Amino acid sequence: MTEHLDGNALAGPLGELFTVDMTSATGRCASCGLTGPVASLRVYGPDPGLVARCPGCEEVVLRLVRGPGSAWLDLRGMVSLRLNVPD
Amino acid sequence: MRRLTWRPAELVHSSAETATARTLRFRVPGWPGHLAGQHVDVRLTAEDGYTAQRSYSVAGPADGDLIELTVETVPDGEVSPYLTEDMRVGDQVEIRGPVGGWFVWRPADQSPVLLVGGGSGIVPLMAMIRARRQAGSRAPFRLLYSLRDPARRYYAGELRRPDPGLDVTYLYTRSAPEGAARPARRIGLDDLAEGGWPASFEPECYVCGPTGFVEAAADLLLALGHAPERIRTERFGPTGG
Repeated sequence: MTEHLDGNALAGPLGELFTVDMTSATGRCASCGLTGPVASLRVYGPDPGLVARCPGCEEVVLRLVRGPGSAWLDLRGMVSLRLNVPD
Repeated sequence: MRRLTWRPAELVHSSAETATARTLRFRVPGWPGHLAGQHVDVRLTAEDGYTAQRSYSVAGPADGDLIELTVETVPDGEVSPYLTEDMRVGDQVEIRGPVGGWFVWRPADQSPVLLVGGGSGIVPLMAMIRARRQAGSRAPFRLLYSLRDPARRYYAGELRRPDPGLDVTYLYTRSAPEGAARPARRIGLDDLAEGGWPASFEPECYVCGPTGFVEAAADLLLALGHAPERIRTERFGPTGG
């Protein structure tokens, strides 16, 4: 596998879609149950899309492909996501 | 909060940091401010509409709508050679940000801080050092800065000046200055044990650099007993540029 980045690199691409910061959100891996910030995921890409894998079990947690006029977000590997939301 | 949008950014100043890196100051009208450690995406658009974008850490606190980035030239890169070699004051790019809410330090944080930077990974850590100074924070900081040789130091003059509560240690990996007590070698357990904080002080650790460096340094911190939730990491890609 090629060298990876980490979930911090998703901040811009996900910031296009969501108003809260997604990289400091805590996610739970659907495969192994590891819980941690999106920033700690292993990120491969950017082409043809960004693929984020669990740092514990290497399973795909999230995929993001940006096309003309739309974005595809696949969250199949994530059981839940706890977001920091201002009251 | 609003969704991120691209904003025009005009280069207002550019200065050499090393032979291969420059610090660039941009005016970004409507800049909303940022936290130390956050980054921005920079986008270039060619005349034929082709675009290329890269992420860069902001190097210090904002001054109104002025922000500073330090960019290392990646040979054959798509973005960095334009920024460091071709771009002139008055030229424009697009910037969106700030982004990233994980690898950040807030001036209200009182815990001791250990900063571990490899190469250009110093940039977001320098933003934290500058934010600390600007806020008059008394949080004790220690910086371990790993780099190939002395000529690659970013912010050399500024880091040489006394800054109470900040300790700076250089870790040279290829060639150390003459008379240095520590021979040139990669970062090791001794470096983090001597130049860092004991794990019992419960410092917040920020590690930034190339992927291999970050993983090695984070593993060493874990081996020294630092809790995983207090080790924040940010990796710079090999495919940057």
